Amino acid sequence: MGVKEKPVTKEEMESWRIPIPGGAAIIAPVERVAQWARKNSLWSLTFGLSCCAIEMMSTAAPRYDLDRFGMIFRATPRQADVMIVAGWVSVKMAPYIKRLYDQMPEPKYVIAMGGCACAGGPYRDSITIVKGVDHFVPVDVYVYGCPPRPENLINGILKLQDKIAREHVLTRNGDRAPHREPIIIGENA
Amino acid sequence: MSVRVYTSSKSYRAGQFFGGLIVALIVIAIASLLPLLPWYKLNPVLDFIGMHPWLNAFLKAFVVVNFVALHVLFLIWLERKFAGWMQARLGPKHVGWQGLGQTLADAIKLFLKEDIVPAKADRQLFAIAPFLSFMPTLLTFMVLPFSAAWIAYDYDLGALFVVAVSTNVALGVLAAGWGANNKYSILGGARAVAQLLSYEIPMVMMILAVVTLSDTMSMKQIVLRQAHLWNIVAYWPVMIPAFLIFLTCALAELNRTPFDLPEAESELVSGFHTEYSGMRFAFFYLAEFANNFFSAGFAVTLFFGGWYGPILPPVVWFTLKTLILICVMMWIRWTLPRLRIDQVMGFCWKVLVPISLVVYCITALIALK
Repeated sequence: MGVKEKPVTKEEMESWRIPIPGGAAIIAPVERVAQWARKNSLWSLTFGLSCCAIEMMSTAAPRYDLDRFGMIFRATPRQADVMIVAGWVSVKMAPYIKRLYDQMPEPKYVIAMGGCACAGGPYRDSITIVKGVDHFVPVDVYVYGCPPRPENLINGILKLQDKIAREHVLTRNGDRAPHREPIIIGENA
Repeated sequence: MSVRVYTSSKSYRAGQFFGGLIVALIVIAIASLLPLLPWYKLNPVLDFIGMHPWLNAFLKAFVVVNFVALHVLFLIWLERKFAGWMQARLGPKHVGWQGLGQTLADAIKLFLKEDIVPAKADRQLFAIAPFLSFMPTLLTFMVLPFSAAWIAYDYDLGALFVVAVSTNVALGVLAAGWGANNKYSILGGARAVAQLLSYEIPMVMMILAVVTLSDTMSMKQIVLRQAHLWNIVAYWPVMIPAFLIFLTCALAELNRTPFDLPEAESELVSGFHTEYSGMRFAFFYLAEFANNFFSAGFAVTLFFGGWYGPILPPVVWFTLKTLILICVMMWIRWTLPRLRIDQVMGFCWKVLVPISLVVYCITALIALK
């Protein structure tokens, strides 16, 4: 099920570059504006899988208040930028999470919250739990803890913001956009 | 960047309140100094524009479109800040001063996002729907009187024009619901249209009451009749219920919270804009908040004496009154829970329509006298 990507070679990256005289001077400020906008308006997808979701809700609630960072929860994946996978992912649940991820528009980011989403957690020996969501979606930030405290999740979000501030607009961390494989779930789904 | 946890203590909130008050006073002071500037030096330019109708029309349209786009940036920030205050949170804080850059960041991000069109969607309908719902809103701004001079076009049938044009929002919403080929979208679209058309009836009845009393449909004339006394004070026995009905209907037409069934998150993922991403979704948001400003401005025109007020220039008075009314709408939005669809329709047809008929009959009697 994993998404296998061929690492981009240096020659390939060079071949994408379009030589415009003074192009960097034009593109760099535009890029900085885009980075600023993207990092300051991370809309998250409303869904929680298990106990970590309680901590995620607490992070959004008045005491910690994610809205300070411009983060609001959107119900539809079409309007979301970041997916916080909060909790364990069973083998049955995994295709649906992959599907939600595929429905999100680029650029999109994933935060694996808690030990289970990162690596299986205490259910690592179970046959029904996926050992980490990075088996089927590319994860940007791993937030450890069981469950992580809201401060820890906010720390992860700030780390993600730093990461977005470094990435280029046309490519993601210098990589090519991740290849998307549609997952077919039954006939009527 | 270190993680700081703010508690919204009483002293902090008091600081926010007084800080906001001081900023507002400074803005008002600057605005009241504006009329003292030598504006008459612009007269040759204005004459030149006045002589060229196409240039005139283009400039007016340019100002209106930019005003709509820019005030929405502020209104969305205000809404989120207001929601924060209502829920003992802080709201946007780290993007720009007090989070003022938040909406700008959101807008740029939405414009840079991938534009997804579902495979089985009706492509043309899907593409045109956001603009279909934004255009009527923009058109209604044409007859909104900011002051006796600041009105894009003083149409004789202004109030009728507003009613005729603003209902076309339903077309865009229905197009969005149908075009996306999504069950949540079509349910949301159908609900929105049913709600919009039902609540249009008491709303039109109340507009008609004001029109009957002021004997004119021109927006400018309606305000000019209130030069000495606001409608809501002069005819308070009928105008207070009329204003309350108007406010309720405006909330229902704006799909705001007691009536936000078309985009009910817990039932229909996001209603009619479920499948919209990026720029097209931004247009729906723009239309919603522009409509919000227009509804409040229309209520100010009809009931609260438009631009009239002491000391400050008329444009500032109009904007101030409109902002206060918008704050009332936000207050209602963040206080009340959502209704059920049958309750919404029942409330309109069984309660609002009969009351508005009675109110209109009494108004007609007063007008006859």
